Amino acid sequence: MGVYLPMGPQHPLHPEATLVKLRVEGEHVVDADVDASFVHRGIEKALEHKTYTQGLYLAERICGICNVAHTTCYTTNVESLAGIEAPYRALYLRLAVEELARIHSHLLWLGLFAHTMGFETLFMLAFRDREPVLDLMEEITGGRVTTGYNVIGGVRRDVDPGLVFKIKGVLTQLKERILKYKELFESDPVIQARTRGVGYLSKNEAGELLAVGPVARASAIARDVRIDDPYLTHEEVPFNVIVYDTCDAWGRAMVRLDEILESINMVQYTLDHLPSGEVRVKVPPFFRPPPGEMSSRVEAPRGSLLHYVKSDGSDRPVRYRVRTPTLANLASVVTMLRSRNGKIVHIADVPVIFSSIDPCICCTARVTIFDERGHVLEKPLNELLDMRRGR
Amino acid sequence: MVTSFEAIKNFFRKRATILYPEEKIEPSATFRGMLSFERSLCIGCGLCWRVCPASAIKQDRDDKGARPVFLLDRCIFCHICVEICPKKAIKASRDRGSLVMDKSSLRVK
Ligand code: SF4
Ligand code: SF4
Repeated sequence: MGVYLPMGPQHPLHPEATLVKLRVEGEHVVDADVDASFVHRGIEKALEHKTYTQGLYLAERICGICNVAHTTCYTTNVESLAGIEAPYRALYLRLAVEELARIHSHLLWLGLFAHTMGFETLFMLAFRDREPVLDLMEEITGGRVTTGYNVIGGVRRDVDPGLVFKIKGVLTQLKERILKYKELFESDPVIQARTRGVGYLSKNEAGELLAVGPVARASAIARDVRIDDPYLTHEEVPFNVIVYDTCDAWGRAMVRLDEILESINMVQYTLDHLPSGEVRVKVPPFFRPPPGEMSSRVEAPRGSLLHYVKSDGSDRPVRYRVRTPTLANLASVVTMLRSRNGKIVHIADVPVIFSSIDPCICCTARVTIFDERGHVLEKPLNELLDMRRGR
Repeated sequence: MVTSFEAIKNFFRKRATILYPEEKIEPSATFRGMLSFERSLCIGCGLCWRVCPASAIKQDRDDKGARPVFLLDRCIFCHICVEICPKKAIKASRDRGSLVMDKSSLRVK
């Protein structure tokens, strides 16, 4: 029933190639599906051909915006596999840079979200405010976006007191701006009309669909890897998990804005309480971890990120697997896009709903294998490999 | 309301846009940029071309023996080669510059 309406893969409102398949009746969306498989890059496979040291730089390029989350996850993972312990000061610095990355990722999202609402002024303002954060990143790490800061065994470089002073100054200014944006989201009638009650995802649905990150937290589920499974020095740095119970796009925006404020506090606290000591232990470039497997989780700006590694004792992994947060949230966004239980979804709301999960597609694409009748094949990897070899 | 105040304030602010290419953004002192290579220091140990994650360093030979050649169009500026070189023959600069008309000028010998 209804008319099939494709949105994408190339669409002005999608930052990346995504196909949102809608079934519409009049202005109402009755069914939806998302196809995010246009940009498969085969990074997991490529990681099997790189040594652990080289793989870090490829893992960093899985996603440009959350590269710090990916390198944190990769280094934590490989370090625990190989039994390397990063110095204490390095963990603090990793945390500070990770939170700075969260700030700039959320600001980028704020801009894109405003752009999908048609609020171009806010887009410009958000990008202007993101710029000083990127400059700080460049100064701390040596790269504006692709930071290359975390290395196996610690971090690249230390911060000096002058830089700490500068970071604090910039963040204090940014805090004022974020408070302004919060006020804007609370008071502006246009934003309210475009986001309140739009993209509804109830607490039960979010729980069942295993939503992660700000999407879960805006549906009243306090799910955050930094609390549930601390991976750096999160036990020592005080912060709150931001939870809203409005279950809509507005709630997701408020969660992210509040998280920026939390992250600013976290960076300031971390820099105030930096322990002294080394920032890096020397690791040989072609080290061989013992055979085994390991996985680690990190709270990326978009939600929980999982890396898994399997080693056979050589200097390259036999299998590397990455589960990115957007992949976990695609099920939720498909549900949000469907009209159900008296919640009507209009075609005009689709871009706002879709961008409210902060989609990052290039790190999400997966290969699915179909048989000739169009059924998805679910088989263990070794059986699939045997099939490929024609056995 | 909030945006109207913001708009009025913006009349009196310094402009945020940078008029590229007349104005250039100075990279910060710690920026990881282009590489340069000092042949006289290199001992041809081969560590750099074995670690490079982007295969941007090719092994070559000249009258002094094995040596690297850097293909900076492939370089991702991770600077592991700079860190690993035992003789400090590879020097890092903070020059952004991989914007060239001729790709062969990005070969550093
Ligand atoms: S690591 Fe240094 S010394 Fe060794 S080959 Fe490369 S440039 Fe030469
Ligand atoms: S900076 Fe990195 S990518 Fe570039 S030549 Fe050195 S090791 Fe290779």
